[in-house]
Amino acid sequence: MNIVRRAPALGAAEPPAPSGAGALAGMERSLWPRFLVAGVALMGAIVLATAVGPAGIPLDATVRIILSRLTGVETGDSLPALWRDIIWEVRLPRVLLAGLTGAVLAMAGATYQGVFRNPLADPYLIGVATGAALGATAVIVSDTPHSWQGLSVLPLAAFGGAVVSVLLVYSVARVGNTVPTTTLILAGVAVASLSTAITSFLMLRSTTHMFSVLSVVLGSFNTATWGELTWALPYAVPAAVVILAHGRVLNVLSLDEEQARQLGINPERTKLVLLGVASLAAAAAVSVAGTIGFVGLIVPHAVRLIWGPDNRQLLPMSILFGATFLILADLLARTVDQPSEIPVGIITAVCGVPFFLYLLRRARMGAYW
Amino acid sequence: MVRGSTVEKATAALDARGLTVAYGPRVVLSDVSLSLQPGRLLGLVGPNGSGKTTLIRAISGVVAPRAGEVRLAGDDALRLSAREVALRTAVVPQNPHLPPAFTALELVLMGRTPHLGLLAAEGRADVEASRRAMQATDTWELAGRRIGELSGGERQRVLVARALAQETPLLLLDEPTAHLDVGHQAATLRLMARLCRSEGKAVLAAIHDLTLAAQFCDRLVMLHQGRVVAEGSPMEVLTPDRLREVYGATLHVLAHPLTGRPVLAPDGDTG
Repeated sequence: MNIVRRAPALGAAEPPAPSGAGALAGMERSLWPRFLVAGVALMGAIVLATAVGPAGIPLDATVRIILSRLTGVETGDSLPALWRDIIWEVRLPRVLLAGLTGAVLAMAGATYQGVFRNPLADPYLIGVATGAALGATAVIVSDTPHSWQGLSVLPLAAFGGAVVSVLLVYSVARVGNTVPTTTLILAGVAVASLSTAITSFLMLRSTTHMFSVLSVVLGSFNTATWGELTWALPYAVPAAVVILAHGRVLNVLSLDEEQARQLGINPERTKLVLLGVASLAAAAAVSVAGTIGFVGLIVPHAVRLIWGPDNRQLLPMSILFGATFLILADLLARTVDQPSEIPVGIITAVCGVPFFLYLLRRARMGAYW
Repeated sequence: MVRGSTVEKATAALDARGLTVAYGPRVVLSDVSLSLQPGRLLGLVGPNGSGKTTLIRAISGVVAPRAGEVRLAGDDALRLSAREVALRTAVVPQNPHLPPAFTALELVLMGRTPHLGLLAAEGRADVEASRRAMQATDTWELAGRRIGELSGGERQRVLVARALAQETPLLLLDEPTAHLDVGHQAATLRLMARLCRSEGKAVLAAIHDLTLAAQFCDRLVMLHQGRVVAEGSPMEVLTPDRLREVYGATLHVLAHPLTGRPVLAPDGDTG
């Protein structure tokens, strides 16, 4: 029923346009196989990173120890008790904490990129991570108790710092209804420098807490315990639920605010909710793992490059690949210079900075945005 | 000022009264009133900066008026949520930002947003509505193409499809024929006229090209410096005197050979 005259043909060199039916088939293709592959990759990374370490524990023994603890069925009898302790009390918490941190940072990065409509938004680059570190540092050096009723207050303090930073950066970087890359990065750098300066000052004044503060600032998993996982999870999981529920809405927000409103979305309220929960999750990750840069930049971009911009697949895939990426980065951090360890932030920066520069240089930065 | 149709005022698809809008100290619309019945195509004309876009923004809830009220099918638009407004009126914006990596079909499906809850995925009805909208605007074969690969005219028609997929009783079009060649200009407005006739939609279209507006709209509203200066049939509104006064140009008003509607011709270079 083409009642409208066909547009003039654009020339023979034009590639044939996929038919509407083809596009429809592409849309109806289930995302679950994709999620399944990413989930299997994550499982593989967890097992591999748990198995590798100074005490040579074979892969199959690692799997048996994990399975026996998870199922309660004793299949690891014949294995040394020391191995079980190393796997369960030392390596697994560290691996899972790295995974949680990577998942949260990648998710927060994808969310910031969607809300700011800017491909270079990342919890580290826009000053959220350093703001969170400042919030956590303030609690650490103040000698107040770090938990209340079993819930750690460090993530909340970090959240305070993160929210102040993100609102500051957003209000400074905003030009009309857009957040241009230049102002975003400049505002992020300025806010990050200020909070880093204050953090350093607090750290130097309180030498007794220097080590705790340093681990927050530098970012490391070498003191990871199950406790830290249980600190961060009550913040990270609800944040993930809220963000994942907003996938389609984030797609609509990638238009401008005016169109989002005309399509029935309240853009101001939605952005505030998303910035809030993304910052809460990022703050929780910073308070247990420190500031780790570029995860929130690399992972969502890689996903976008390969599978496109639809936030309904971008957000879950970023979570899965963020976890996998940081687990492997941490594995590298503790094995590349044995017996000593290097901060995992060095690994992510080495991977992330060239990627960042590449994105910055791209003439058509919005090409796959 | 002439008020629109006097019949069935209670069920007007759009009834704006005394709308005054200001950006800071600058008043861009003052005391604008217009009413639009279901099934009618109303052309909004006027020179650059006369307030056409602002009027559409005010009706769709993007800017809050300083004074006056907007009623959409009888409901006070200022009291409705963004979603409730979006179920009543769809907008084809002028030069909007569009994410280049989404496909045309994905963009059209975004028109279904007000029909979907937060967690709902698009269902068969949404895909069907989008397909119908894309076939009507001759964009179905572009469905799988990325927005960034489309020409300006193709993008414009995809935006019209998005507004149709929203399935609202009222359509607000801001320069829907900009970027289009003459064939697609006529086709788009003919589609609008047909939607008014066969589906009872009400369409308010800001149209730059007066001759084009005169051919497809039964009534025109002319804005000048934020005020309604004329309303009526194209013949009543487009008089040489008024055109000279509003546009500062000498235009000859001819009659269309088939329909008798006004066709405007500028003076030309008379040496």
